[in-house]
Amino acid sequence: MLSIKNLHASVEGKEILKGINLDVKAGEVHAIMGPNGSGKSTLSQVLAGNEAFDVTDGSITLNGENLLELETEERAREGIFLAFQYPVEIPGVSNLQFLRTAVNAMRTHKGEEEMNAAEFMKLAKEVSKQVDLDPSFLKRGVNEGFSGGEKKRNEIMQALLLQPQLAILDETDSGLDIDALKVVSDGVNALRSDDRAILMVTHYQRLLNHIVPDYVHVLAGGKIIKSGGRELALELEEKGYGWLGIKDEDAATDAAN
Amino acid sequence: MATTDKEVNELIKREYEHGFVTEIEAETFEPGLNEDVIARLSAIKNEPKWMLEWRLKAYRRWLEMDEPDWAHVGYPKIDYNSISYYSAPKRKEDMPQSLDEVDPELLKTYEKLGIPLHEREKLAGVAVDAVFDSVSVATTFKEPLAKAGVIFCSISEAIRDYPELVQKYLGSVVPAGDNFFAGLNSAVFSDGTFVYVPKGVRCPMELSTYFRINAANTGQFERTLIVADEGSYVSYLEGCTAPMRDENQLHAAVVELVALDDAQIKYSTVQNWYPGDENGKGGIYNFVTKRGACIGKNSKISWTQVETGSAVTWKYPSCVLRGENSVGEFYSVALTHNYQQADTGTKMIHMGKNTRSTIISKGISAGKSSNAYRGLVKFGPGAEGARNFTQCDSLLIGDRCGAHTFPYIESKNKSAIVEHEATTSKVSDEQMFLCRQRGIDPEQAVSMIVNGFCKEVFKELPMEFAVEAGKLLEVSLEGSVG
Ligand SMILES: Nc1ncnc2c1ncn2[C@@H]1O[C@H](COP(=O)(O)OP(=O)(O)O)[C@@H](O)[C@H]1O
Ligand SMILES: [Mg+2]
Repeated sequence: MLSIKNLHASVEGKEILKGINLDVKAGEVHAIMGPNGSGKSTLSQVLAGNEAFDVTDGSITLNGENLLELETEERAREGIFLAFQYPVEIPGVSNLQFLRTAVNAMRTHKGEEEMNAAEFMKLAKEVSKQVDLDPSFLKRGVNEGFSGGEKKRNEIMQALLLQPQLAILDETDSGLDIDALKVVSDGVNALRSDDRAILMVTHYQRLLNHIVPDYVHVLAGGKIIKSGGRELALELEEKGYGWLGIKDEDAATDAAN
Repeated sequence: MATTDKEVNELIKREYEHGFVTEIEAETFEPGLNEDVIARLSAIKNEPKWMLEWRLKAYRRWLEMDEPDWAHVGYPKIDYNSISYYSAPKRKEDMPQSLDEVDPELLKTYEKLGIPLHEREKLAGVAVDAVFDSVSVATTFKEPLAKAGVIFCSISEAIRDYPELVQKYLGSVVPAGDNFFAGLNSAVFSDGTFVYVPKGVRCPMELSTYFRINAANTGQFERTLIVADEGSYVSYLEGCTAPMRDENQLHAAVVELVALDDAQIKYSTVQNWYPGDENGKGGIYNFVTKRGACIGKNSKISWTQVETGSAVTWKYPSCVLRGENSVGEFYSVALTHNYQQADTGTKMIHMGKNTRSTIISKGISAGKSSNAYRGLVKFGPGAEGARNFTQCDSLLIGDRCGAHTFPYIESKNKSAIVEHEATTSKVSDEQMFLCRQRGIDPEQAVSMIVNGFCKEVFKELPMEFAVEAGKLLEVSLEGSVG
């Protein structure tokens, strides 16, 4: 489904991704792990088409189609979804309005009829329950005054509504307490299906106790330095990133905790 | 920065929807202003002698006044003798008695503007006074309103038919000597709307005036007077458009509102005069004096305005809060782009005990435009326990535009309380990226973000207008993305 070849990307003239190769098939869940600053968010943003990043070399294809030629919104309509590490607020725009606009943009793209307010309300209420968000959150401004955990659940709710082909989850587990982690993981597991791929970007292995990946990749210094099955994640938890010759102070402190 | 900059560059391109010209035979005065012109104007309108005298007095006063230059706007000096002060579609005899006698070209014009005047298709629940250049061409729903005792007619008719009311209140809130443009208007106003809601009557429908400038080289000087008698309520809407022309045109209106004891007036404006083209050529100079007097106790006046048009706007809808416990409100959205300039805001003059006022101002600037909020909150010595809350928010789209806030506070009463909040924000790249990542068109995203920013003001508009206003912003921001 997704094929990344020799991807190089930079921001403000500084090269962050230095030759990424990755193949993801439908139905698979891949975890991308790595220390802070290794380029995980950059990879996620580049896949989604953030124009702040320049792709200087390599290719990305989705079902054989060149993604680099598509605008952000076109990629989204082709089924790329990014759950943001730091979801931004849009004051005054209700979550409901925002989500309905998004869902209808997708539907229009697929040649389906737009959903009216009542139909959408019903759907949105169901999905909000799935991530344990009170339906009152639908009426609030997009992420406006949401706690960290609520923002993350809101992101997963959007994934459930938009039903993407490829869901990229950028540290959706960070900043969550145990209960919220469970809710979010259940949401992600509900997303798993044979025709959908999930790219889970995470610093910690604890999420992988709830969502079992098919493959684990370690990203360091803008490159994937090791790939393996889920046992790689367990090994990382046990030995820390240092084991792979990577310096990572955060990981060391995590291990100590 | 990449995303937003590109969008902003494109934002400049937008189409003005109402820029067509109606081909109609008109009677138009030669340009120029003097006492003879005023006498002719008064005569053509069959005005009583007192009205002519009132005008001439205002004119003589105006001659001694200076054009204000303190606003944060710049425009070439206006030659007041190059403007025509009267232009009206020609008609057979007197005023049309029914809509059937209105020139079909005019009916078509209003239909095109989305304001059908014909009995069959009239806007449901909204009575309309249609003002075309210098005259009112039609007023709908007159009978049901008359049944409720509400007077809703053109100001010219009111001068003839209700002279006592007009004489009592005209100029009582905005005297001819108030300011340069109000003085000019008092001398030469040609038409406008008059509303009187009697004691205890809740006006059974929304009242509205739709102003259309059509003729070239003419100014539109309309005069609106709304009087709400004790315990009455009225909601009034005003809309305006003009053709696209390369020359600037002057629109200098005066609106006066009077609320007696326990009366309430809600005045909403959606101002969409031609703003000029993307190079700043043409457009309306919108120099308007709007003021309401809460003379009765417990009275309330609310101004809600959505200002998207005009090349230059100079406008401060204000409230004089005389009556005890009276309330003044001002909710404003002002959007400028290209080379538009807006200096707008309000004055809340607290005179009575326990008077309260609220100011919510949302300024949106795009392109190379300049958008200023200017507000005065004043507490007289008698304003015991009075309070004001002011919130001024500015939203910038791109980095070539400007937003300015000039809040003035004057207090002669120690017990009065003012709260002031101000913010400036940008439509951020992150917000745009979030919207686009969810499949939303960049253009729709900008419009959604801007609409969200304006929400507190839009919710004050009557339903039909809120939808209209949202759409208007969308059109105004059209072409914002490449
Ligand atoms: N917008 C940006 N401007 C400048 N540097 C950036 C920007 N985004 C990311 N970087 C830099 O790129 C590197 C990788 O960051 P990121 O992709 O966020 O890593 P991770 O998500 O793995 O923690 C870091 O050194 C970071 O400072
Ligand atoms: Mg990150």
